[in-house]
Amino acid sequence: MAHPDILIRARGLTKRFGDFVAVDGIDFELSRGEVFGFLGPNGAGKSSTMRMIGCVSPPSGGELTILGLDPVRHGPQIRAKLGVVPQEDTLDVELTVRENLLVYGRYFGLRREEIRDRTAKLLDFVQLTERAGDQVDPLSGGMKRRLTIARSLISEPEILLLDEPTTGLDPQARHVVWDRLYRLKQQGVTLVLTTHYMDEAEQLCDRLVVMDRGKIAAEGSPRRLIETYSTPEVLELRFALHEQEQAAEKLADLPAERLEVLADRVLVYAQDGDEALAAVRGRGLAPVTSLVRRSTLEDVFLRLTGRQLED
Amino acid sequence: MARAYAVRQLRFWLTNYRRTWKGSIYSEVLSPVLYLGAMGLGLGAMIDKHGTASLGHVSYLAFLAPGLLAATAMQTAMGESTYPVYGSVKWLKTYQAAISTPLRPADLFHGHLLWTTLRLAMGSAVFLVVMTAFGAVRSPWALACLPAAVLTGLAFAAPIEAYAMTCSKETSFALLFRFGVIPLFLFSGTFFPVTQLPAVVRPLAYITPLWHGVALCRSLSLGDAQLGSSAVHVAYLVAVVAAGIYAGQRTYRRRLYA
Repeated sequence: MAHPDILIRARGLTKRFGDFVAVDGIDFELSRGEVFGFLGPNGAGKSSTMRMIGCVSPPSGGELTILGLDPVRHGPQIRAKLGVVPQEDTLDVELTVRENLLVYGRYFGLRREEIRDRTAKLLDFVQLTERAGDQVDPLSGGMKRRLTIARSLISEPEILLLDEPTTGLDPQARHVVWDRLYRLKQQGVTLVLTTHYMDEAEQLCDRLVVMDRGKIAAEGSPRRLIETYSTPEVLELRFALHEQEQAAEKLADLPAERLEVLADRVLVYAQDGDEALAAVRGRGLAPVTSLVRRSTLEDVFLRLTGRQLED
Repeated sequence: MARAYAVRQLRFWLTNYRRTWKGSIYSEVLSPVLYLGAMGLGLGAMIDKHGTASLGHVSYLAFLAPGLLAATAMQTAMGESTYPVYGSVKWLKTYQAAISTPLRPADLFHGHLLWTTLRLAMGSAVFLVVMTAFGAVRSPWALACLPAAVLTGLAFAAPIEAYAMTCSKETSFALLFRFGVIPLFLFSGTFFPVTQLPAVVRPLAYITPLWHGVALCRSLSLGDAQLGSSAVHVAYLVAVVAAGIYAGQRTYRRRLYA
C-alpha cells in the first residue's frame, strides 16, 4: 500500500486525444499538507493533468493513484474527497449564492443542516455573506471565483484542485483570491494548482513542476528552481528599437552568466546586477531603461524552454 | 449506490424547479383546457354531427382527449430532454460541476430521467383531471393512462436526451421540433385515426412511438383495450426507452469524460 502521506502518485502518466499527446509520461508525487503547482504556458498539459487527477478524464497510459485508489475504478470514492475549482466558472447562475452551495453539498450526500452550517462559515471565509440570497449571475468575476472556492470546500475535501484559479481576474480580485488561498495553505489544506502566472506559483507553491509541451521540464521549490536555473539577479535593458541588435552584439562577451535577447528587451543574468550595468555603461552603451531585479520563475521557464510564460 | 447518486441529481432538478413551478403548473392546466375546449368541444360538435363511425362511435372529444394526453407527454418530454440538458453542459456547465462530485455521467443521466418521469407524471395527472372534468373519459381504465402517458413520454425523453448530449449546436433542436415533433403530433393518430392516412405512409405512423402511446391511452380511456395489442404497445415503448437509456449512458460519458 502507498505511503499514507503520499496523496497522489503519478508514474509515466499520459493523456492522448487522438494523435495529439497532451500529457507525455509525467511523474510526480503530492504529499499531505503541501501546496503543489503545475507551472506552464497554455497548452502545456496542465489542465489535462488536473482533469485526470479530478477523475473526470481517464488516463491514456501510465499509473495514477489518488488517496491510494485507482481513479478509473474508484472515481466516486476519490471525488468524494476532492474539491475542484475549475478554470471556467461552472456555477449555476440561475440559482442564488446559497442555493449553489446547497445543491453542491447535496451532491456529496451532506444533510441540509450540515450544509447550512458550513455555508455560513464558507461565505464568511470568501467574504460573500451579504450576497448569500442573491442570484449568481450579476456577481463580479472575482466574486464568482470566490464562490467557486467556497463551493469546492463544502465537502471539506482532503485535496483541493485549482485549475488556473485567477486567470481572467483583474489584479485586485486576483489578490483577494490569493489571500484566501494563502489562508487555506496556513490551515494546512493540501492544494494542487495550475497556473501560468509565475508570481502566483512563487507566492503559493511549496513545490512545483515546470510543464512544457506535455512534459515536466523541472521540479522543486520556487527558490530551489531559481537557484538551480537562474542567477540571483537579472539586469533588464531596453534599447531604442534600431539599437537593440547592435547592443546585443556588444554585450555578448559581458562578464555575465547568460544573455537572453527578447523582442523588446535584453536580459543579462548576473550574480550582481549593478556590476553588470556598470559594465554595460563601460562599453559606451546607453540603454533607454535599465532595471536590476531578482530572478523569478519566469526566468527559470525562459531558461528551460527558451520561451516566455505569459504571452 | 448508483441509485442514490441518481436521486441526488433528481434533487438538483427539484431545487431548480422551485424557480419555475408556478408558470409550469399554469401552462399544464391551461393547455389541456384550451385544446379540449377548442378542438374537443368546438371542432368536435361539427364532427359529431356528421357521424362518428370512423372514430369507433365515440364523440370526437372522447377520441381526441387520450390522444392529446399522449402527444402532450411527448412534448413535455421533448422540452425536458433538449434545452435543459444541452444548457447544463454547454451554457451553465453545471454538468461539468456535478461530475467533480461523486456523481458519474450516468448518474446525471438517470437523475434527469427520474426528474422527467416526475414531470410527466405531474403533467399527465393534471391532464387526466381536466379530461375527466370535460367528460371525455369513458372507462375507469383511464387511470392506467397515467403510466401509459409517462411511458410514452420516456420513449422520447431517453433517446432524445442521449442525442442532445452529442449536439454542439442548438439549431439541431429547432430541426428536431420542426421535422420530428410537429409531424408526429399531427399524424400519429392524435387528431384523426391513422387509417385516414394514405396506405403507403401508414406504416410510418405505426413505427413511431407516439402512435403506440396514443393507441394505448385511447384504448384505456375508451375502455376497449385488448391485452394482446396493449402488450405490444407497452413492449414497443419499453424497448425504445431501453435503447435510449443504453445510448444515453454512452453519450453522457463520451461528452463529459473527455
